[in-house]
Amino acid sequence: MSQTTNDPRLLRAPPKRPIRLSWSDERVRGIVWQLLVVGIVGGIVWWLWSNTVHNLEVRRIATGFGFLGREAGLPIAEHLIDYNPTDTYFRALLVGLLNTLKVAVVGIVLATVLGTAIGIARLSRNWLLSKIAGVYVEVIRDLPLLLQLLFWYAVLQGLPGPRQALNPVDGVFLSNRGLKLPWIVWESAHSWALLAFVAGAAATWLYRRTARAKQMQDGQPRRVWPVALGLLLVLPVAVWWVLGAPWTPDMPALRGFNFQGGLNISPEYFALLLGLVLYTAGFIAEIVRAGILAVPHGQWEAAQALGLKPTQVLNQIVLPQALRVIVPPMTSQFLNLTKNSSLAVAIGYQDIVSIANTTLNQTGQAIEGIAIIMLVYLTISLSISLFMNWYNARIALVER
Amino acid sequence: MSDITLNTAAAGVPEAAPRSAPLTQIGLVGWLRANLFSSWLSSAVSLLLLYLIIRWAAGFIEWGIVNAIWSVPNNQTQACRDLKGTGACWAVITEKHRFMLFGTYPYEEHWRPFLVCLLFIGLYVVSAMRRFWRWELALIWVAVLTLIGVLMWGGILGLSYVPQERWGGLPITLILATFGLAFAFPLAILVALGRRSSLPAIKVLCIMYVELIRGVPLISLLFMASVMFPLFLPEGMNIDKLLRAQIAIILFAAAYLAEVVRGGLQALPKGQYEAADALGLSYWQKTGFIILPQALRLVIPPLVNTFIGFFKDTSLVLIIGIFDLLTAGKTAIIEPAWQGFGVEVYITIGAIYFVFCFAMSKYSQGLEAELNRHRRR
Repeated sequence: MSQTTNDPRLLRAPPKRPIRLSWSDERVRGIVWQLLVVGIVGGIVWWLWSNTVHNLEVRRIATGFGFLGREAGLPIAEHLIDYNPTDTYFRALLVGLLNTLKVAVVGIVLATVLGTAIGIARLSRNWLLSKIAGVYVEVIRDLPLLLQLLFWYAVLQGLPGPRQALNPVDGVFLSNRGLKLPWIVWESAHSWALLAFVAGAAATWLYRRTARAKQMQDGQPRRVWPVALGLLLVLPVAVWWVLGAPWTPDMPALRGFNFQGGLNISPEYFALLLGLVLYTAGFIAEIVRAGILAVPHGQWEAAQALGLKPTQVLNQIVLPQALRVIVPPMTSQFLNLTKNSSLAVAIGYQDIVSIANTTLNQTGQAIEGIAIIMLVYLTISLSISLFMNWYNARIALVER
Repeated sequence: MSDITLNTAAAGVPEAAPRSAPLTQIGLVGWLRANLFSSWLSSAVSLLLLYLIIRWAAGFIEWGIVNAIWSVPNNQTQACRDLKGTGACWAVITEKHRFMLFGTYPYEEHWRPFLVCLLFIGLYVVSAMRRFWRWELALIWVAVLTLIGVLMWGGILGLSYVPQERWGGLPITLILATFGLAFAFPLAILVALGRRSSLPAIKVLCIMYVELIRGVPLISLLFMASVMFPLFLPEGMNIDKLLRAQIAIILFAAAYLAEVVRGGLQALPKGQYEAADALGLSYWQKTGFIILPQALRLVIPPLVNTFIGFFKDTSLVLIIGIFDLLTAGKTAIIEPAWQGFGVEVYITIGAIYFVFCFAMSKYSQGLEAELNRHRRR
């Protein structure tokens, strides 16, 4: 941009002609076209709006978000925060939003890991491995996601009941009531240890930055891993130890007709997560593969010729270049996964769409209900794309 | 090289007969060594994968073929239930395939939706052939789509009238995808041009449209079509549910297609625009004769990929209760006698979707190779 404005030829302002009121003047035509299009679009919007207002009056539907404060009376099976049916609609929707985030965040992490693994497997020199990865990608991308979700849900529903649950490893049970995993009794010491881990991660990141900056000045590489080990592992363990080292395993066990204790993953959540991760991983695999292939072979060879170690070649030479190709399409896959999590409504996982849909059926507030859904997704989409744009700008090629 | 052979010959050393490469480097053994057992890690991976494939394939054949039941007399599904988990019950497909494919369309008239599906497939095949890429193709589309309407509705030419509520299954999926595409594509071109326009009001409108639609899931648009649309229209005026869903799909697809088209417009060198301006062409002449033919050609492969995504996305109408292929499959197993055979039904429906999407995907790859032939060295 700066180059074009500095161009001396463009600094001379074009001669200004007075606007003639004639069809042959480009500016007049532009204004007429814009007025026409804005007029048509505005007219349609106004027509729809006036119809809506009239219809709402006729049907005696009160508009506004007053219903959010009323008692919801709808049961929600899975909730991250305390909830019971006597709570308000607002809290019900909040629970739904958290459920959406729960599946989206976990899904994004797992799909990235699996997708990257499959993308690399497709480039493997092992013929069998690359063929299997190729078939996986082709098949998974050619089947509708909704069909896959219904399929996995049907598979989970077809599993034996809790009494005949599949028990592949001690403490892990898979039945038509979902997946049961061993867990620990969560105490405040664990929360503090988790907090210490997060603080340690932030400190490691800061240390790595300063180490890099110093290396840029004096050319001496500094080791990051001893500090990282201390901050990420020793510090949380020490915190946990100081607070009494509580450790009570919570194993799931069959009591009566169902399991008690342990970590419960409901069949709905499990099917949704499985479907979303397997589906999105197919797309991410292709993006990763394309990104790695986009790095010219000469870059590998040049790095090896300089005597860099294989990990250095990957970390310092290949990945920074591949990431530039990978990040923008990856962003849209993350957005897609989040938006696709709305298909939860088809298999009965209570995400924001499902709860907003129930709300609008119970209260008749169709416009508000759909506005809430759209607002939530627009906010999530915008946040993810802002973050990924920031990250993309950070790793983008710095040109002179 | 030649020096060495020359020297040996001059020294009178008898020339050795040319030897073939070692057996371990060529043929099947060589291929196996290079591709499956090149290192101990590679060998371990190959053996593990082979074991898993054989085990899984054997399990699937046992479940799907050996232990499977192909038909049961008049809805007596007890035999199927006894086999639960060890054998597939394909009897549900034998019994329900007509319902899955054509929904509640009158049984004795099923040849009409069947013909419609064939017409659709024929239309796709003709549109895929490059020799038909001319303006006459638009006429073929209009003619075939009209014929499809006549066949589905009937009411003339001695065909009995079938109301739209009774349509279902595969024809609905194909109708939603094809009509959606036919209307979304021109709209997408207009929006893409608008987004690149120098007129600020038009540009802002197009950006708002594209970003709003792309920011929300298709489901919310479908909900809007099914719940809110009746509120938008004047009293007494009503549009049936299929058409409302179709409008939502068109608006949704147009936003995504517009971004693909915009990519093509941006990829076109600036000189093309300037040359057209220098020739004194008007905006529409420039766009129609110079810009679009080149820009669209650039983005054919991503366009086909978007079509595939969009064909799959028509299945989302299940959520608002429109009777497409997937809904028909899901409904087929609601009947108590057939409950619990979802896996078999979804595998069958998946195979149908796969055939369509795989054909499109292979076509797109072939086309990409063909269109890039001049770039290959």
